[in-house]
Amino acid sequence: MKDEIDNRDERVANLKGLGCSRKRVEDARFTQGKGNYVDDIKLDGMLFGDFVRSPYAHARIKSIDTAAAMEVPGVLAVLTAADLEPLGLHWMPTLAGDKQMVLADGKVLFQGQEVAFVVAEDRFAAADGIELVEVEYEELPVIVDPFESLKSDVVLREDLDPKAPGAHGPRKHPNHIFTWEAGDKAPTEEVIANAEVVATESMYYHRTHPCPLETCGCVASMDKVNGKLTLWGTFQAPHAIRTVVSLISGIEEHNIRVISPDIGGGFGNKVGAYPGYVCSVVASIVTGKPVKWIEDRMDNLMTTAFARDYHMTGKISATKEGKITALHCHVTADHGGFDACADPTKFPAGFMNICTGSYDIPTAYLEVDGVYTNKAPGGVSYRCSFRVTEAVYFIERMIEVLAIELNMDAAELRRINFIKKEQFPYKAALGWEYDSGDYHTAWDKALKAVDYDGLRAEQAQRVADFKAGKTRKLMGIGLSFFTEIVGAGPVKNCDILGLGMFDSCEIRIHPTGSAIARLGTISQGQGHATTFAQILASEIGLPADSITIEEGDTDTAPYGLGTYGSRSTPVAGAATAMAGRKIRAKAQMIAAYLLEVHDNDVEFDVDRFVVKGAPERFKTMKEIAFAAYNQAIPGLEPGLEAVSYYDPPNMTYPFGAYVCVMDIDVDTGVPDIRRFYALDDCGTRINPMIIEGQIHGGLTEALAVALGQEIAYDDMGNVKTGTLMDFFLPTAWEVPNYETDFTVTPSPHHPIGAKGVGESPHVGGVPCFSNAVQDAFRPFGNRHTNMPHDHWRIWRTANELGLHD
Amino acid sequence: MSKKMHITLTVNGKEEEFLAEPRELLIYTLRERLNITGPHIGCDTSHCGACTVTINGKSVKSCTLFSAQANGKEITTIEGIGGPDDLHPLQSAFKEHHGLQCGFCTPGMITRAAKLLQENPNPTEAEIRFGMAGNICRCTGYQNIIKSIQAAAAEMNAAKEAAE
Repeated sequence: MKDEIDNRDERVANLKGLGCSRKRVEDARFTQGKGNYVDDIKLDGMLFGDFVRSPYAHARIKSIDTAAAMEVPGVLAVLTAADLEPLGLHWMPTLAGDKQMVLADGKVLFQGQEVAFVVAEDRFAAADGIELVEVEYEELPVIVDPFESLKSDVVLREDLDPKAPGAHGPRKHPNHIFTWEAGDKAPTEEVIANAEVVATESMYYHRTHPCPLETCGCVASMDKVNGKLTLWGTFQAPHAIRTVVSLISGIEEHNIRVISPDIGGGFGNKVGAYPGYVCSVVASIVTGKPVKWIEDRMDNLMTTAFARDYHMTGKISATKEGKITALHCHVTADHGGFDACADPTKFPAGFMNICTGSYDIPTAYLEVDGVYTNKAPGGVSYRCSFRVTEAVYFIERMIEVLAIELNMDAAELRRINFIKKEQFPYKAALGWEYDSGDYHTAWDKALKAVDYDGLRAEQAQRVADFKAGKTRKLMGIGLSFFTEIVGAGPVKNCDILGLGMFDSCEIRIHPTGSAIARLGTISQGQGHATTFAQILASEIGLPADSITIEEGDTDTAPYGLGTYGSRSTPVAGAATAMAGRKIRAKAQMIAAYLLEVHDNDVEFDVDRFVVKGAPERFKTMKEIAFAAYNQAIPGLEPGLEAVSYYDPPNMTYPFGAYVCVMDIDVDTGVPDIRRFYALDDCGTRINPMIIEGQIHGGLTEALAVALGQEIAYDDMGNVKTGTLMDFFLPTAWEVPNYETDFTVTPSPHHPIGAKGVGESPHVGGVPCFSNAVQDAFRPFGNRHTNMPHDHWRIWRTANELGLHD
Repeated sequence: MSKKMHITLTVNGKEEEFLAEPRELLIYTLRERLNITGPHIGCDTSHCGACTVTINGKSVKSCTLFSAQANGKEITTIEGIGGPDDLHPLQSAFKEHHGLQCGFCTPGMITRAAKLLQENPNPTEAEIRFGMAGNICRCTGYQNIIKSIQAAAAEMNAAKEAAE
């Protein structure tokens, strides 16, 4: 079993460890049509469940008549709240400390709300049954505006005591959910009142939706003989789902097995628990057969997990020279009919208090008011850590507005306010401690790469040409510098439903020197099976190609809180490294025994332990693995396994510098993205190919949100964007090529220095695209216009600025 | 429900004969009747292209076509494009150039790309972007999909030249 490879570089390359653009092990099945997504699951006798949904946004339910539906051939059951009530399952807890109707209990609060669940032999019979369920509604006044909601006499949530505090403290009004504050109010107001320069702006970050290509769904199968429930589904947090199902159903947790199979994208949509899951479980218990529920696209866009919907007002003060002195932010957050935001318990507005951004702002205050309206519940973090996209959009717009107020270049304004390298770890005014950063280096590199001064000169010429009537196209230069806060998180301040947000990894080394590792996270396209094996390869010296990574089966994987908020690498990745180090520690003892030296006389070298000072005397990890199973080593148990539950000491703070160059046709409102440069610093880079892919994807989702994607309602609470005809998903035709770049500033507290990257491009991309549009109109007096900047709204901006005259 | 119809399809070279309601959509015939689960359902409205198959030489979105409309026709899905022993150059290129992430759009994407390269073996980047605009991907931002298709085209053309 002597290792043939003596060349150290070759041995390192052979591992395909950290830093290697290893090709993905997932791809064979996906490219050959052999993925296993939830809707691919087919079980004997499986039934299909689907919802009767409310056409009204606010209405009282007078009656539900299911008789005709039950006559449809193939329809086996129609569940209503009355059926679920004896089980205590007609309401369920939300992740935000509120409760939500599983099936409409007396009234409906948003269009598309689940009213009844029809269970049939196939999806066509279920659809026929849905048509015949007669529901009598009495329409109630509809509120789709959170400001109006706080003034209205119409009480949306009649189930709540209007005077009683909510999950996050006192409520000001029956339609008010919480007030959440961070920072120091009085000092901030005082600094702003006495400041040399103050910029004020209100902005609406519109409601949108993560819209993964695969909708949400599940298959519930209750085995009544053994008392075991198996639940397959599109779950970004399978263990948390198991615990929730156990808590609300009363089935003991060991009798529940939750499996997340392949997931067709998540982006936050698949974090929450939805009525479809509960109804499928109940239907399986009632019928004794497996029950499948799969959303169609309209269900998905109308009901599960919207994102954003933040009305933000900011005040930012500075000296005449542009040094920022204070930041004040107020948010009115539209949460819809139930507060079902997916945030850590103590953070009802997520990490919105990262809104001081990348800047050294000495004094700041943030206040968020959550409000009920007649819109769908959700409030998930769409490709970002909890509300971080909102926070970064807010500060990056405030910077631009302040630059206008100061008549200053926005790149320079950023530069003079960046937190300096030597200030890290940096304690921000709103409470967070940034772990590491080198913002000036990243910014300089970005501006140089795009020849920023040259771009500004070109833009000035373009403005002159436009004014001279030589062109109808304006040029916008979008800038953004973002700091993310990801990797929730320290158990001391981050939990969901009381579950600490640690994560985990369990490794088993097989006798022949290959391994399986299982994690508490779940990939939805991020390539965990590829990258986590790379972390391990570097830690334990076995090739990544010899390591299987498995996630998503709660019967086999160690408990973890799942994948969202870019937490997989910062938390589960850390657990993986730490478990690998436990393996290595035991391997060291085995190697020392085999080499007949003291434990401290051997050291790890790539894929082996060598005797210090005698590199020709070594045992490879492959040899050590075998020895673990065939030697009786005094004082050591046989086998080579380890498990690690990792509670991170802090979040990680990836950052980046983006520049977008855009031409805008003022007569059509069509933007043409000429260039997009993205520099990301995610600390240690595990797989550059995958990082780059994540950045392309996140930027494209940012382009979508900034330039057209929204969930829009009319005054009656009708969803106007319920299909992909109206809800903008960019195609290959609309998307530019991106230039990617990087710097590396490792996280000082993460075992391998990695910070997480999947969401950075979305967080930094949205303000960058938006700033490009707004910058094009800055020379003509534009200060701020709300997203999404679709063709019509851009045209309208041009029109309002008199550019069509 | 209406009277069932007698339908015959050739799917990936194999003849399939069955009785189905007139309203049965081709995607459900493939996925649920024939257990061909490569094509996926992403939108139900012909926008996303996850259900793309080839019918008698044309790319078709199988979520908005009744099986009865495909009666007597030849259908190719991702499963018919290549497998473990005969990978299509596109299947290798998508892996090599990281042209996929969650994999949900990939079967439709490759099925469409295979047709595109038959129609136009030497497409420009703009022609690929236009030719693929009926297939939505939420993960990759398309850049590496374009790269994968270009690489496959180059490989296929080189192989063709070598054979001539």
